Amino acid sequence: MKLAILVNEGPYTHQAADTAYQFTKAALEKGHEIFRVFFYNDGVNNGTRLGVPPQDDRNVTQMWSELAEKHDLDLVVCVAAAQRRGILDESEAKRHGKSGDNIAPGFRISGLGQLVEAGIEADRLVTFGD
Amino acid sequence: MSEPWEEDELVEGPVKKFLYVNRKAPYGTIYALESLEVVLIAAAFDQDVSLLFVDDGVYQLKKGQDTSGIGMKNFSPTYRALEGYDVEKLFVCEDSLQARGLSLDDLIVDVEVMKSDQISKLMDEQDVILSF
Repeated sequence: MKLAILVNEGPYTHQAADTAYQFTKAALEKGHEIFRVFFYNDGVNNGTRLGVPPQDDRNVTQMWSELAEKHDLDLVVCVAAAQRRGILDESEAKRHGKSGDNIAPGFRISGLGQLVEAGIEADRLVTFGD
Repeated sequence: MSEPWEEDELVEGPVKKFLYVNRKAPYGTIYALESLEVVLIAAAFDQDVSLLFVDDGVYQLKKGQDTSGIGMKNFSPTYRALEGYDVEKLFVCEDSLQARGLSLDDLIVDVEVMKSDQISKLMDEQDVILSF
């Protein structure tokens, strides 16, 4: 089955981000296709590479990055939600005159149209949120 | 920054039934506002869109919102603009309205009131449900 994933909560505060990751990983292992993972609301906070969780804790962002590399996943962070919360890639940082970017490897910033397209193209859109 | 719904994004594809379920009060969390932003962007995709307001989500449509005391933008007029985006199917949960002492006269837009069994049917008919 072709699945799209929507992640609406950030890492650590909510289980939703972890569950979305575990679900995506399990679906891939079962041979399903992940059309796209879209990060919205505080979910965009999964896409910062500057998080430094304690060493004995999981690093949710790194888990996504590694999964994306292994399976060539499309991890998309909503640009409007990301701008509000300070998640920037190099071009966004430059465009808004900010001193640095923080997007994690494997993530890209794009518009909400990517979410709608995922809803249209996938057999199922699965939401993880509060 | 331009408003997100001013971006012009279009893809070609099949028409699916999208339902946006709005569950939260308009202020206090960002869910209502960011749900509305998806609805407005999605309008450019010419899909079959419905909006459902349940629980505290019914407050999103309350007339006379005054946000001056909390430093937030009152975005409720945007719901009246939805018609211009061909988003015309607005549904409200009857139980949620009654539990909050609200009636249709309290709402800023025309909606259809639904009982829970009608809501079940509505959800069952959808291809994509986005819940905020």
